[in-house]
Amino acid sequence: MLNRVSTFFYKRPRLVLALFLAPPLLWFLVVYIGALITLLINSFFYLDGFTGQVVREFTLQTYAKLLIPTNLQIFARTTVMAILVTIASVILAFPLAYYIARFASPRMKTWLYVAVTLPLWTSYVVRVYSWKLILAQEGIISWFAQLIHLDGLLNWYLSHDLVGGPSLAVSPTGIFIVFVYIWLPYMVIPIQTALERVPKSLIEASGDLGATPAQTFRTVLLPLSFPGVVAGSIFTFSLTLGDFIVPQLFGTSSFYIGKAVLTYQGTSGNIPLAAAFTMGPIVIMIVYLLIARKLGAFDAL
Amino acid sequence: MSDTAILFKNVSRHFGEIRAVDNVELEINDGEFFSMLGPSGSGKTTCLRMIAGFDRPTSGQIILYGQDVSNLPPYERPVNTVFQDYALFPHMTIEENIGYGLMIKGIAKDERAQRVEEMLKLVRLPGYGQRKPSQLSGGQRQRVALARALINHPKVLLLDEPLGALDLKLRQQMQVELKNIQREVGITFIFVTHDQEEALTMSDRIAVFNEGKIEQVGSPADVYEHPSTPFVAGFVGTSNLVSGEVAQRITGSSKRFSVRPEKIHLAKSNEQAASDMFVANGSVRDVVYLGLYTRYLVELEGGGDLVVVEQNLKTTSMDVTGVKGQKVQLFWKKDHVSYVGG
Repeated sequence: MLNRVSTFFYKRPRLVLALFLAPPLLWFLVVYIGALITLLINSFFYLDGFTGQVVREFTLQTYAKLLIPTNLQIFARTTVMAILVTIASVILAFPLAYYIARFASPRMKTWLYVAVTLPLWTSYVVRVYSWKLILAQEGIISWFAQLIHLDGLLNWYLSHDLVGGPSLAVSPTGIFIVFVYIWLPYMVIPIQTALERVPKSLIEASGDLGATPAQTFRTVLLPLSFPGVVAGSIFTFSLTLGDFIVPQLFGTSSFYIGKAVLTYQGTSGNIPLAAAFTMGPIVIMIVYLLIARKLGAFDAL
Repeated sequence: MSDTAILFKNVSRHFGEIRAVDNVELEINDGEFFSMLGPSGSGKTTCLRMIAGFDRPTSGQIILYGQDVSNLPPYERPVNTVFQDYALFPHMTIEENIGYGLMIKGIAKDERAQRVEEMLKLVRLPGYGQRKPSQLSGGQRQRVALARALINHPKVLLLDEPLGALDLKLRQQMQVELKNIQREVGITFIFVTHDQEEALTMSDRIAVFNEGKIEQVGSPADVYEHPSTPFVAGFVGTSNLVSGEVAQRITGSSKRFSVRPEKIHLAKSNEQAASDMFVANGSVRDVVYLGLYTRYLVELEGGGDLVVVEQNLKTTSMDVTGVKGQKVQLFWKKDHVSYVGG
């Protein structure tokens, strides 16, 4: 009987493939694409301000509301934050990834790998809260700044509205630091993977042909690991765009996209506006990916 | 001084306990095609890498045209390498690959393009400049790697088993081509290989490596016909070693000797041996018909085997296989014996 079944499937490889692919495809279509379409549809409805009910009629007035200066500022603020977090992550992740990929002994590599991914084992919220303690007014950083008599500098820095706030724990700088901290593993791993795929002989060949290590980095290593950088940046960029917990905990009164969505759909029940807001990151991500493609990030895929 | 391209002075390279290269003394002449031959792990590649600068000697000196380069980084050495896996930059076109060294040197685009074009002609790939390495066959990539190295006019070109990945036909063709290119450019070539036939075909001189040491340096004919150690006798060509009592019986001395299979004449009837010949008696244990020639395994009286190869000038497979099990006499010239010691 079992034999007959296996023969049946052996003769029909396409059927086997279909059976394997059906669950993930179904999940993807219904849950993911379905949710996106629902969002898109909702964003074309509007909230009746008088009754507080969602009116299911096609309209562009929600988008008109979305594009008022305050909201555009939210988009700009979030995008700039995402870009800065991404750049900082690349700068921090690259040397680490390079070390893991090229120099670490196999044993060391395992340990570093664990060390990089270890934070992902504990709850995101716990880790974010622990930063509250580090960044708070009476926290470690303030204490240390006082110790080395740089508290004046810290206060001067915090007095600037663009980056500062009452304390590091309530400031854009705080948000930035925590974002970089929590998304860093997502940058290290893809870069490390990309660097590991660059054969050692290519680096040797470059040196052999007269290139100094700096030149080799620029002309060989960086272009070849660029897909990894882009893959990592897709994580850091999109995760920063959509996150609402970190701005909620460390933010001043300025909104970020995630927080805006939460407020509109949770607090005020304005689901159409929340949906329209969600379209923002999607559009930004599409633009981002198009730019990445233009830079040749996907040529190697 | 100018006649010496490379000089190894007591060079050793240890990896922990392992002596990859052990006290090597070597002199390579200017303009010669020099092969480093040996099994994997014999230290030949490590020697090459130390000349290139990818590895540094644990002790000793490497002198390149009178200059001690032992501690120079690769990018400051006037040598270039053709890698075993070619190591072409996958994100660059063929033109960019070949012009890479010139680009690094800051040579203007026009001159670069012109010299790349010349190189493409030299390696018979004109018109391939705009392709990517992935669009080329193994043999073509190999020639690009050669062009990329040669364009920099290195004083020495290092080749690390560059033909290893090619199939037999292409390999034989590239052997001839490499030799021609070397004659044309007149640069010292150092060629690492584990393939004795390849080394014999192309080289002016060969160094045979074993366990981090050089066993013998000499011309192909020297190394083949007069191996100085049992290892060389065995690694270059087929090992036909005879020693002890059996050797005593044949040559009158118990010194270990080696004789090449094709030098031995297999006499089927009672032939008279000339005075400059050694004679041995035995019986044919195995016969392998190989078309062009036949290989016989002859068990000697008193123990030990000799491999004998004879061309099938007048014989067919029917004739030769019939010899199996028969008693035979073996003749070979006394000159063709090498006493290998050990």
